[in-house]
Amino acid sequence: MLSQLRSLWEVLKHTFVKPDTVEYPDQKRELFPRYRGRIILTRDPDGEERCVACNLCAVACPVDCIALQKAEDENGRWYPDFFRINFSRCIMCGFCEEACPTNAIQLTPDFEMCEYDRQNMVYEKQHLLIDGTGKYHDYNFYRVAGMTIGGKVKGQAENETQPVDVKTLLP
Amino acid sequence: MNAGLGDAADIIGILVSVIIVAAMLIWVERRLLAVWQDRLGPNRVGPLGLMQVVADMIKMFFKEDWIPPFSDKLVFILAPTIVFITMLTGFAVIPFAPGVGIIDFNFGLLYFLALSSLSVYSIVLAGYASNNKYSLLGGLRAAAQTVSYEVFMGISIMGVVMLSGTFNLREIVEAQRDGWFIIPQFFGFIIFLIAVIAESRRAPLDLPEAEQELVGGFHTEYSGMKFGMFFVGEYLAITLSSAIIVTLFFGGWLGPWLPPLVWFCLKTAVGIMFFILLRGALPRPRYDQLMTFGWKILLPAGLLNLLVTGAVVLSLHG
Repeated sequence: MLSQLRSLWEVLKHTFVKPDTVEYPDQKRELFPRYRGRIILTRDPDGEERCVACNLCAVACPVDCIALQKAEDENGRWYPDFFRINFSRCIMCGFCEEACPTNAIQLTPDFEMCEYDRQNMVYEKQHLLIDGTGKYHDYNFYRVAGMTIGGKVKGQAENETQPVDVKTLLP
Repeated sequence: MNAGLGDAADIIGILVSVIIVAAMLIWVERRLLAVWQDRLGPNRVGPLGLMQVVADMIKMFFKEDWIPPFSDKLVFILAPTIVFITMLTGFAVIPFAPGVGIIDFNFGLLYFLALSSLSVYSIVLAGYASNNKYSLLGGLRAAAQTVSYEVFMGISIMGVVMLSGTFNLREIVEAQRDGWFIIPQFFGFIIFLIAVIAESRRAPLDLPEAEQELVGGFHTEYSGMKFGMFFVGEYLAITLSSAIIVTLFFGGWLGPWLPPLVWFCLKTAVGIMFFILLRGALPRPRYDQLMTFGWKILLPAGLLNLLVTGAVVLSLHG
């Protein structure tokens, strides 16, 4: 009986507690920089596409919302021929971002992507690709990776030593 | 029976304002519950969300009014009107202020008791006519709950009747000039309060409805305006209950400075808010707990209260 009265009193005290509600469209909360929202594709500091079409994001995606096709340019760089994310399936889990070896795919603090037509939720590469570097400003995959591309042979990457010539005994 | 009927303006005014108040309670309840749960509640439609009621009404009128093919159609249609009508007619005896009221007769209190028990037919018939397990369970619960709680609902207010010596609600109010009956009849008040909550089927004693266990209880199959009738009927029941509590225990229209009608409305409003607070704060008891509590605690307590009050009245006035 006393506990009933006590809970009545405790609830009544909430008359003077400020509501927790954030009146969303009028009043927007500040989202943290690492909030997992709309997915983007970033470019490296030189302005080239970071994505190397390795398909790891598509494999990691638990809802299979990413589709892409590899292509290769004249310098030997890999890039996605098309890159398609179906946001009506995407659950914003961020696994693709974790899987990406080149920091190309990133999630942004933006979730306001409502559409009246479901087909408009399918974003193609031109919708996903941004001009900047996203969260990682200095990273350039082809400059740290040992892969040979046009204008850069093995041993010229950052922190990479020249390859050992196994056919000579000279030091 | 010295029936004194109020004039037509009074009757229409009371009828209209009671219905408006009951409808506005939809908004009031949602807002108050929101306040107590640190939320905002409906605040979009109109200023402070006041037009929410209108929006709800429009929605209800345009809903499909579906009568299940497996139901007992005539009873199904009649059931929701009963609660609405009995609760509205219950307001006939409420003394709002001196000279304001619909009818003034000797057995006002008995009339209220009779109508509040009649309203359970609505629930029982709705549960039966829906021809649905959950509705039937709700109807059964309503019947058992009402029968049990009605017994000491009557007994608990006999103390008030003894002190004032009348069943006439106006005279009961007048008898409280020297002090509200809540002080000498505190236990009677507590018992009556619990009984009234059970009678109006409000949370925490809303076992016939119990949406967590019985889907919607007796109104599972109801939609559109028929559901609206149950809905508004429930709010009418709250209003009527707090008006009766105010009349019996809190001195009705009596009070300093303000005009009597304002006092009555203020006290009733506080009563209604208390009902909503009860809903916001207390959990629903289990069904067997409800029955045990009613028969083993409240009934003896009511009888004891009656006995002591009778003895005191007898020894004082001989």
